[in-house]
Amino acid sequence: MSQFYLTALQLSICLGPMALGIFITMKIFNIPDITTDGSYTLGAVVAAVLLSNHWPVMVVLPLCMIAGSLAGICTALIHTKLKIDALLAGILVMTGLYSVNLIILGRSNVPLINIHSIFNTLSIFKNEIYNKLFVALLIIIVLIFLLRYLLLTDFGIAMRATGNNPIMTKSMGINNDIIKIIGLAIANGLTALSGFLVAQYQSFADINMGIGIVITGLGSVLIADALRIWLNVSNIGLQILFVLAGSFIFQLVLAFSLAMGIDPNYLKLVTALFVLFIVALPRVSSQLKRAN
Amino acid sequence: MISIQKISKFFNKGKTNEVTALNDISLQINDGEFLVVVGSNGSGKTTLLNIIAGVELPSSGRIEMNGNDVTPLPEYKRSRWVARVFQNPNNGTAPDLTILENFRLAALRTQRKNMTIGINAAFKKKVQEKISDLGMGLENKINQPMGNLSGGQRQALTLLMSVMDDTNILLLDEPTAALDPKSALVVLKLADKLNKDLGITTILITHNIKDAHQYGNRLIQLNEGKILRDMNTDMKSGLSLPDIFEWFG
Repeated sequence: MSQFYLTALQLSICLGPMALGIFITMKIFNIPDITTDGSYTLGAVVAAVLLSNHWPVMVVLPLCMIAGSLAGICTALIHTKLKIDALLAGILVMTGLYSVNLIILGRSNVPLINIHSIFNTLSIFKNEIYNKLFVALLIIIVLIFLLRYLLLTDFGIAMRATGNNPIMTKSMGINNDIIKIIGLAIANGLTALSGFLVAQYQSFADINMGIGIVITGLGSVLIADALRIWLNVSNIGLQILFVLAGSFIFQLVLAFSLAMGIDPNYLKLVTALFVLFIVALPRVSSQLKRAN
Repeated sequence: MISIQKISKFFNKGKTNEVTALNDISLQINDGEFLVVVGSNGSGKTTLLNIIAGVELPSSGRIEMNGNDVTPLPEYKRSRWVARVFQNPNNGTAPDLTILENFRLAALRTQRKNMTIGINAAFKKKVQEKISDLGMGLENKINQPMGNLSGGQRQALTLLMSVMDDTNILLLDEPTAALDPKSALVVLKLADKLNKDLGITTILITHNIKDAHQYGNRLIQLNEGKILRDMNTDMKSGLSLPDIFEWFG
C-alpha cells in the first residue's frame, strides 16, 4: 500500500517540471498554452530514440529540453507574429507534433529496457525505488532553485510584468513578443523534461502518452493557486513549491481512486471531474455564502 | 527636443467612416519645455500623444527626438527617450508585482533586463528615499503589491517611476482625470517639480482649463486635427482663466 503512494510521489515529481511549465504560461504570462500534450510526448520520444541508440543520458537531457523549447517557440511565433489566439496556436502545434512524434519514434510504442537511464546513473540506495526517487528529487530541487532565481532577476520581473500589465511593459522598453517567445520556450522545455523523465520511469515511450496530460498540469497549478489564496502567499519560491505540492495532491487523488478499485479506463473522467471540482469549489462556496 | 514635421494621421482611410485625427501638423517642442495641450474631444490630442509615444505610427510625416528620426520605431524602442503616465492609473504599474519590483523595471526602462538579481539593499534604499519625498507614507510598503494602493497613490508612483532612469520626455495623458482633487494636486505638483528640477521636456494633455492655466510654460489648442492656437511663455502668462474658457465657447 505504501508503495502505492510512493509511486504517486515519484510520478508527481516526474510531472513536476511540466506543472511548472504550465505555471509559467498560465500564471506568469496569462497565456493558455496547450502545446503541452505534444511537447511532453516530444520529450519522451526524443529520449526513447536517442537512449535506445545508446546516447549518453546527460546529452539526451538537454536535447529533449531543446526539442520542447522549439515546439514552444513555434506556438509563440504563431501567437505573436501572426496574431493568432494562443489557444488555437497551441492546438495547431500540438496537432502537428503528433505526426512529428510518430516520425521520430518510428512506431507507436518503444520499450526502454536494458538502457542506461537517468535513474540508474546514481546508485546510492539498494532499493531501486528509493534510488529513482532520489534522482528525481535531485532534479526537481535544482529546478526549483533555478526557476526561483530566474523569476527574481531583472529579466524575471520583466516576464512577470508582461503577463500582468502588457501596456506598462511596452512603455518600460520591453518587447512583449520576445519575452513571450522566451517564456513559452522555457515552459515547453520543462514540459519535455517531464516527458523525458516519465518515459524512463515507466520504461517505455508511447505516442499517446501525452493525450490529456495538460489537464494534470492545469490541475496542479489550480491546486497551487487555491493554496496561495488560502494562505495569502506572494513569495515566488513558495508559489513554486505549491505547484509541486499541487502535482503531488493530484497524483495522490488518482492513486487513491485506483486503490478504491475504479476501472483505469475511467481515470481520465476522474481527472476531469477532480479539476472541475477544484475550479468550482471557490465559486460554489462564495455563492453559498451569498445565499446565507 | 521633439520635432514633429508635417504629421498626418487618418483612420479607416478610403472608407466611408474615414477620420482625419491629425491634419499636417508641425510642432517644435524645445528641451525643458512644459507644453500643455487642450482641445475638445476628437480634436486629436490623444492621437498626437500616441504618435509621440509610438503607440500609433503616423500616416505621413516625420518625427525626431534629440535629432534621431524615430518615425518608424515601436513604442518599446521609443522608451529610450520617453516615459509615460496614463489616463488610467492601472495602466502605468503592474498590480501583482511589489512596489519595489515596479520601480526596478522603471529603473531599467532604457536598459537591458538581464538575468541577474538587481534588487539589492542600495536599490531598496534609493527607492525608499524617492518615495518618502511624496509624503504619502508609502516608503514602508515597498514590498507590498502595487495593486493594494489607491489610484492616486499609483499615479503618483508612476510619475516617480518615470524618472528612475534617464528621461528626456515625459508624456502625461490626462493623468488626473480619474483622481480625486487632492491626489490630482499631488500628481500635477510633482510633474511641475520634475520639469523644473530635472529639466525634463513635459507634455500634458488635459481637459481641466484651470490646470492648463496654472501649469506649463506653453499652451496649444488643437481643433479638428490642426493647431488652432500656440501660446508661448509670455503670451500664456498674459492669459486669464476666462480667456481660455472663451476658446471653447
